[in-house]
Amino acid sequence: MAEVLVYVDHVDGAVRKPTLELLTLARRIGEPVAVHLGAGADTAAATLAEYGAVKVLAADAAEFADYLVVPKVDALEAAYNAVSPAAVLLPSSAEGKEIAARLAVRIGSGIITDAVDLEAGDEGPVATQSVFAASYSTKSRVTKGTPVITVKPNSAAPEAAPAAGTVEQLAVSFGEKSTGTKVVSRTPRESTGRPDLTEAAIVVSGGRGVNGAENFAIVEALADSLGAAVGASRAAVDAGWYPHTNQVGQTGKSVSPQLYIAAGISGAIQHRAGMQTSKTIVAINKDAEAPIFELVDYGVVGDLFEVVPQLTEEVKARKG
Amino acid sequence: MSLRIVVTVKYVPDATGDRHFAEDLTVDRDDVDGLLSELDEYAVEQALQIAEEADDAEITVLTVGPEDAKDALRKALSMGADKAVHVEDDDLHGTDALGTSLVLAKALEHVGYDLVISGMASTDGGMGVVPAMLAERLGVPQVTLLSEVKVEDGKVTGRRDGDSASEQLEAALPAVVSVTDQSGEARYPSFKGIMAAKKKPVQSLDLSDLGIEAEEVGLEGSWTTVDEAAERPARTAGTVVNDEGEGGKKLAEFLAGQKFI
Ligand SMILES: Cc1cc2nc3c(=O)[nH]c(=O)nc-3n(C[C@H](O)[C@H](O)[C@H](O)COP(=O)(O)OP(=O)(O)OC[C@H]3O[C@@H](n4cnc5c(N)ncnc54)[C@H](O)[C@@H]3O)c2cc1C
Ligand SMILES: Nc1ncnc2c1ncn2[C@@H]1O[C@H](COP(=O)(O)O)[C@@H](O)[C@H]1O
Repeated sequence: MAEVLVYVDHVDGAVRKPTLELLTLARRIGEPVAVHLGAGADTAAATLAEYGAVKVLAADAAEFADYLVVPKVDALEAAYNAVSPAAVLLPSSAEGKEIAARLAVRIGSGIITDAVDLEAGDEGPVATQSVFAASYSTKSRVTKGTPVITVKPNSAAPEAAPAAGTVEQLAVSFGEKSTGTKVVSRTPRESTGRPDLTEAAIVVSGGRGVNGAENFAIVEALADSLGAAVGASRAAVDAGWYPHTNQVGQTGKSVSPQLYIAAGISGAIQHRAGMQTSKTIVAINKDAEAPIFELVDYGVVGDLFEVVPQLTEEVKARKG
Repeated sequence: MSLRIVVTVKYVPDATGDRHFAEDLTVDRDDVDGLLSELDEYAVEQALQIAEEADDAEITVLTVGPEDAKDALRKALSMGADKAVHVEDDDLHGTDALGTSLVLAKALEHVGYDLVISGMASTDGGMGVVPAMLAERLGVPQVTLLSEVKVEDGKVTGRRDGDSASEQLEAALPAVVSVTDQSGEARYPSFKGIMAAKKKPVQSLDLSDLGIEAEEVGLEGSWTTVDEAAERPARTAGTVVNDEGEGGKKLAEFLAGQKFI
């Protein structure tokens, strides 16, 4: 069976959930071969094997952290040359897309970004995408070269399928062009202890209606009662009430949780672009005419300062 | 020597309009008004600020697109860019990201550049891949997704706010930069700017000027194909209730019914 390269997203060997989804999707097309860059390959290998990686190609070098994007492209290209895969899959993160873009140019292949589903087809893998703020759903294929496809988080439920997961060292050499952009310093984000926005099963977002940074505590309390991640509209981010990393929408994160709760968000097209593929949508807004109500499975027209705390109490009570 | 800044700008269908696919499954550009991609306004803004700081700089705006794309160039010129280059050719219809990056890279080499500034993503296709592709094709550093950018002593520095960390980047010119919508509000064209823009030069180039064969681009040359495009069924109207003191409880009941609690 043809091999499929899967780029591993991890933190020091702790594999992130989108990678497990990629492995699951890769198995529909062929045999997953994971590419692990940086430290922790041996730790990661156990997880990667559990989700179907027949092999783990590993490389560790200071260049991966010290320079932007290109060294990772070099490594993925080396893996591509070693394996001659049927497709290359990467997570649809900002970095994942940039690595994919450069690899596609290098190997002369077509690229599809932000797939929400993937299946085998007679003429190669078929990717489903959600476009124009999710008002259309398309099926696309790469027609030249080896398909390079990035997949959005929460596009598949990870399924275990134990395989060998043998770790092999990948030899990578870096050219002069690989070290063009230096990462001078890096300030890690403080962990909030909440689930990652793009990976979370439930997201609770607040908008301009939250009316102040201090009031986001109400949104956070609901999120915590549900074990959810916290999101924000751009209006709330621009006002300085919540960090930009939590922004949902066209220029923020694109989320696709089981449940999305919007509080004090009107539902502008750019916001919808980032959440419209959520399975269940709930909104609380005091304006019955707000466009967000066109999307909801359940909506409450009311003051979020009344409704949200009541909901939080009720959730806590029911969970005991 | 003057700092040559080239800003890549895209003409896109208005996102607030009713966007559709044409019969050949390319983006229908007839039914919806087009405009300069809002995310490219941020790129023009940063170019203007960098030029203001530099002793001597010249800003060219570059687009690949149909005849109407001149509107996008005009808008950028009215914001303050100095001149414009428009690559237009009937054979470009249906070009995908790889093709677009090829045409832009050839055009950049043709025009000459020290610094390329792009938007973070186009508001229609929204792939956010063209800047990385440009850097790869041109063989120059990629300094992308910056929320802060500065050019000094032949170097570009900037801040990239990633998912897990905020990074400070540095590269030597020439380089390809892209900026996010966190980089600072774009200015509105002034009346004077709009008048001045009418007199600024717009150069037209076609594929033969750039030494690109028709087969390399367009729908035929595309590296990808869309087999199907279906309008998603509108979400079935859900239940909307007025809060009469029990809104939160009703919501909890709904969530419990859906097994979320
Ligand atoms: C290029 C571009 C990119 C963009 N990218 C994004 C993006 O990524 N994400 C994004 O979100 N936006 C984005 N936007 C902005 C977008 O167009 C909207 O301006 C934004 O989403 C509005 O945020 P909001 O819904 O919080 O605010 P508003 O539209 O002002 O809505 C606030 C809502 O809160 C309700 N409200 C007020 N008080 C209460 C209360 N006490 N109780 C209940 N409800 C209340 C009001 O009825 C109203 O509906 C982008 C715009 C552009 C041009
Ligand atoms: N046809 C085009 N003409 C000029 N610039 C473009 C074009 N397409 C994309 N770009 C540039 O590349 C950036 C990212 O686009 P994309 O990869 O399509 O999301 C845009 O913000 C523009 O700066």
